[in-house]
Amino acid sequence: MTDTAWIDAALTSARPQAVGALLRYFRNLDTAEEAFQNACLRALKSWPQNGPPRDPAAWLIMVGRNVAIDDIRRGKKQTPLPEDEAISDLDDAEEELAERLDGSHYRDDILRLLFICCHPELPATQQIALALRIVSGLTVKQIARAFLVSEAAMEQRITRAKARVADANVPFETPGAAERSERLASVAAMIYLIFNEGYSASGDTAEIRKPLCEEAIRLARLLLRLFQSEPEIMGLTALLLLQHARTDARFDADGEVILLDDQDRSKWNKALISEGLALIDKAMRHRRSGPYQVQAAIAALHARAEKPEDTDWTQIDLLYGALEIMQPSPVVTLNRAVAVSKVKGPQAALDMIEPLAARLSNYFHFFGVRGAFLMQLGRNDEARTAFDRAIALANTSAEAAHIRMHLDRLQRDSQPRGKKAGK
Amino acid sequence: MLYAILCYHDEDTVGSWTKEQDAAVMKKLSVVQDKLTKQGRLGPVARLLPTTAATTLRKDDPPLVLDGPYAETKEQLLGFYLVDCKDLDEALGVARELGAANPGGAYEIRPLGHFTAGSVQP
Repeated sequence: MTDTAWIDAALTSARPQAVGALLRYFRNLDTAEEAFQNACLRALKSWPQNGPPRDPAAWLIMVGRNVAIDDIRRGKKQTPLPEDEAISDLDDAEEELAERLDGSHYRDDILRLLFICCHPELPATQQIALALRIVSGLTVKQIARAFLVSEAAMEQRITRAKARVADANVPFETPGAAERSERLASVAAMIYLIFNEGYSASGDTAEIRKPLCEEAIRLARLLLRLFQSEPEIMGLTALLLLQHARTDARFDADGEVILLDDQDRSKWNKALISEGLALIDKAMRHRRSGPYQVQAAIAALHARAEKPEDTDWTQIDLLYGALEIMQPSPVVTLNRAVAVSKVKGPQAALDMIEPLAARLSNYFHFFGVRGAFLMQLGRNDEARTAFDRAIALANTSAEAAHIRMHLDRLQRDSQPRGKKAGK
Repeated sequence: MLYAILCYHDEDTVGSWTKEQDAAVMKKLSVVQDKLTKQGRLGPVARLLPTTAATTLRKDDPPLVLDGPYAETKEQLLGFYLVDCKDLDEALGVARELGAANPGGAYEIRPLGHFTAGSVQP
């Protein structure tokens, strides 16, 4: 790796801790970000000559803080960078001070930085954009590309979100245990949103949005390193890893979605699966279950099956049952019905989803799944009606194409029978 | 004599490599490994999953199971090589070559007292 590539990676990895500490120090997001930017400029100048500092984050915090204080003292924003001597390097007493000032708080600093992006008044897409900009340090251009909007539109969206956050008055004191766990839950939900933004893409956008999945995994691992014994954070990280492990098998050459049953499992990423399985094993030991752990456990059962027919559907049915109790939702029941169809047959599964019809009357997957159950039961006309409705509700061309495949199969199946009837 | 070359690196930094950067490092390292393999000097090589996947058993009475790696340090044990070298100088030479392919962090070079190849195939 070249010098600059190494420095880029070091700056990216130090960013959450450094911006988080500067935010606590200055209590203003713009000042903190600007201070970090200035520190990065100094790093790009100094590190190639003097070698990398032992603790890049501490270096950036110290330099960023000093430059910003200097700016404030001069009372103007646009001043040339101060002479090198004016910036004290990390030595002696100052190093100790920096440690005391910043080291002991880094967990809560990073958590706070993530948490301010989860402001409840911000729509999900703005939360994500803000987190990618502030915490991950992606450029507005990169984020705009992932969201398929113009750079100007994304710039405006982020500026507006920042203004909202600035008014939110997030407390800067060290949070108490209850507050900390609330923050953790909000942040976990936001990381999951970032992941899904990438994971739910298909066709041309899938490749463009894949970095969102990778960034979400990086943030989840970061959060888990800070809170090593939180089973739900283990569950979240495992869930993301196990889902992302299937990436290379999820799309065909035309970018259309390949269903789990039809995926080439040799293309699943074994290292990501091993990591996910290790995390779910660790989480289970805590015996404090939660929705992420259950979803990860379901993903783990799929990951452990070498062939689709090896899948432990009985266990998956039980896990969805547990999830229904934790997070009652018609979509969870719909997913459970798929497992039930494998264990108890299509009739039991159909009975299970009929009561959901009113609530899911505009949901693509409901009609796709219902059609599949009806088809298995040989009720082809009803299946066709369900599939037609699904196509009308499809969100992507890949979803529509998948349903059309079922309709074609129905067509093929009905033709020979039609001939027989005609004899 | 067999030497273990234990690889320590800042996990945050390694985790911030893009997939392309990661692949580029692995490719450069494989050049050094291939050379050692041809010389019949390379033993097992391992890259460890992130420390978040680690669990530590403290051998107290009763033993205590802890989440995370044994030591919470900035630079973590992320992998290792076993290499056959005639002396420390040669082992340091191998470490330097590996280090040129993957700068940053540190290698700890430790001679082995006992080694069993085991029966696990990758």
